[in-house]
Amino acid sequence: MSDDREAIFSRVRGALAPLRVRAPLPQYDTEIAVLRQVLAGRDLAELFGERIRKVGGLAFFTPAALVAHLRTGGRLHGYCDPVLWPGLAPHFGAGFQVETAFDRTRVDDYAFGITRAAGAIAETGTIILNDAATSCRLGALAPWVHVAVVERSSLFADLPQAVAGLGDDRNVVWCTGPSKTADVEGILIEGVHGPGEQIALVV
Amino acid sequence: MPSQPIDQFARELSPETRASVYQSTKTTHEKRTKLLFDQFADPNRLRTLAGEIKQHAIENLDTLLPQVEARLTGNGAKVHWASTAQGACEAVLRIMQARGATKLVKAKTMVSEEIELAHFLEGHGIEALETDLGEFIVQIDHDHPSHIVRPIIHKNRREIARSFEREGLGAYDDDPGTITRRARHYLRHKYLAADVGLTGANFVSAESGRIVLVTNEGNSRFCLAATKCHIALVGIEKIVPRDRDLAVLLNLLGRSGTAQELTVYTEFIGGPKSAAQPDGPEEMHVIFVDNGRTEVLASECREILRCIRCGACLNVCPVYRQASGHAYRSVYPGPVGAVLSPLLAGERFPQLADLPKASSLCGACNEVCPVNIPIPDLLLRLRQRAKEENVPSPGTPPMGAWALLASQPTAWRAALAGGRLMNHVPTKLIPVPALQAWAAQRELPAWRGGEFRKWLRQRRSR
Repeated sequence: MSDDREAIFSRVRGALAPLRVRAPLPQYDTEIAVLRQVLAGRDLAELFGERIRKVGGLAFFTPAALVAHLRTGGRLHGYCDPVLWPGLAPHFGAGFQVETAFDRTRVDDYAFGITRAAGAIAETGTIILNDAATSCRLGALAPWVHVAVVERSSLFADLPQAVAGLGDDRNVVWCTGPSKTADVEGILIEGVHGPGEQIALVV
Repeated sequence: MPSQPIDQFARELSPETRASVYQSTKTTHEKRTKLLFDQFADPNRLRTLAGEIKQHAIENLDTLLPQVEARLTGNGAKVHWASTAQGACEAVLRIMQARGATKLVKAKTMVSEEIELAHFLEGHGIEALETDLGEFIVQIDHDHPSHIVRPIIHKNRREIARSFEREGLGAYDDDPGTITRRARHYLRHKYLAADVGLTGANFVSAESGRIVLVTNEGNSRFCLAATKCHIALVGIEKIVPRDRDLAVLLNLLGRSGTAQELTVYTEFIGGPKSAAQPDGPEEMHVIFVDNGRTEVLASECREILRCIRCGACLNVCPVYRQASGHAYRSVYPGPVGAVLSPLLAGERFPQLADLPKASSLCGACNEVCPVNIPIPDLLLRLRQRAKEENVPSPGTPPMGAWALLASQPTAWRAALAGGRLMNHVPTKLIPVPALQAWAAQRELPAWRGGEFRKWLRQRRSR
């Protein structure tokens, strides 16, 4: 093991020794990687709503609209982050069964999972999850519908800003639309291992 | 007619497979181009910048590798090093055995294909299950991937439906939605029962030690939500210097690979799960794999180590579109594979020396490459190496006569004039197999040897 380490390091040094000049680290403005035309003069929450729809997701701006959508889809049994539930419960009327502890032995019982987002990226319609904000990773992943509650103040404009804002959380996940595949004949299918519906509730 | 192995594969490819490979690579390529050029003011500058970032990283691995090791250790991960494929497989096995683990779920990683990990673990009584839909189908069929990002581009829905029926995953149904739903249902219980989740890494930041994983299906996220131990298998060339470089590379990777602005799941993993998080690995291991990479670094083809495995060069390549992936007889097909596979083959270089020759050097692979790898130049360097090592090259027309003429000006001038006779000889009757094969589908243009010299003389005398 440690022999392998020394052997690899020694081969790397040997391989690089003959180079008289090494390629310099490029200095650049991250503006080069920003879709400025998309962002110009836009309200970030409105743009985010537009962009998440473009990648196959949905955005709602009131809890009532979210609840109506879940009811229409017949998604009546789900999981909700215990911190969020007191605020959301009044909007969920009769007929819903919501659990605030996720039981991994019954992953298929939950039609939806509601968790907090750590932020979102307007440019790409991306929801940002992390370990600090997500009450349980499986609750945000296994149910067919995932609802991320996104606070307006946590919106990043673009990718470079979101990278700069990764913070010190050990697990940051950017979700851009529902889980998808095109492995079979290039035909796009949504809902592979993760959610088939990715929803943001912007508050 | 004698020919190179890749030509034989291409000839034997079924017309149906060729048509589907052609169609889907062409569609992805066209979408990719539109997405990049409609959205960015200067996409080519973005590509060259990404190339400069990666070139800096590989030429400074001697300082970046110790740096990334220190960051990862600081983040609570355990770092391992493996010189060879065997060493990497054994490192995974040791970690599993230390935990008494017998079940592993794996996300898509090219390195694991390279070291044939699943096969090795199964030999040691460990269940190693592929969870990417395409890779899962490859596994149940005991097949090989034929594309870097689209492993089953060579299969149609009917074959897949038959495989699912055979494996007891449901009665024959070739609807892609049904196939996907069945895999979803089957695999989620496998994740939940597994001890270890294994992934690759698309990038590792030397600045923060963050491992970046990019998937669409959500399978790597499920591996890291359901299991208690995470093993990441990482090629030593995956390092990027800073976190900010990730924004450039991520913008290019999704667009180049699958014509998406951003892949669905982009995970930044900086260690085991946080204490308050109920789900996910309490233990994280990172295995850095060499397996020939340091030899590539020492070679004249080190630029290929910039590759971020997007598959754009496969999609645009006229040879890949005709031959499909299995013709490359290695883990990495297409233009990147034609460079990387012979290099990683070590002593088996002669067996894959035909790959660099299977190119018209049209340069399309270089033009689409998100890290601007000069693939045609590298192909030429490998052709030269094969020549220097006297690797036989069946099907290549003898060039001895040409070499003689080209080194004797008088003989050359005579041949140019004498060549006019060619205009009176039917090409198909010339007994050179390569020429006959060529002429079967094309007309030889009229011989105009000496015209250029005549033009140059007149120009000089003016």
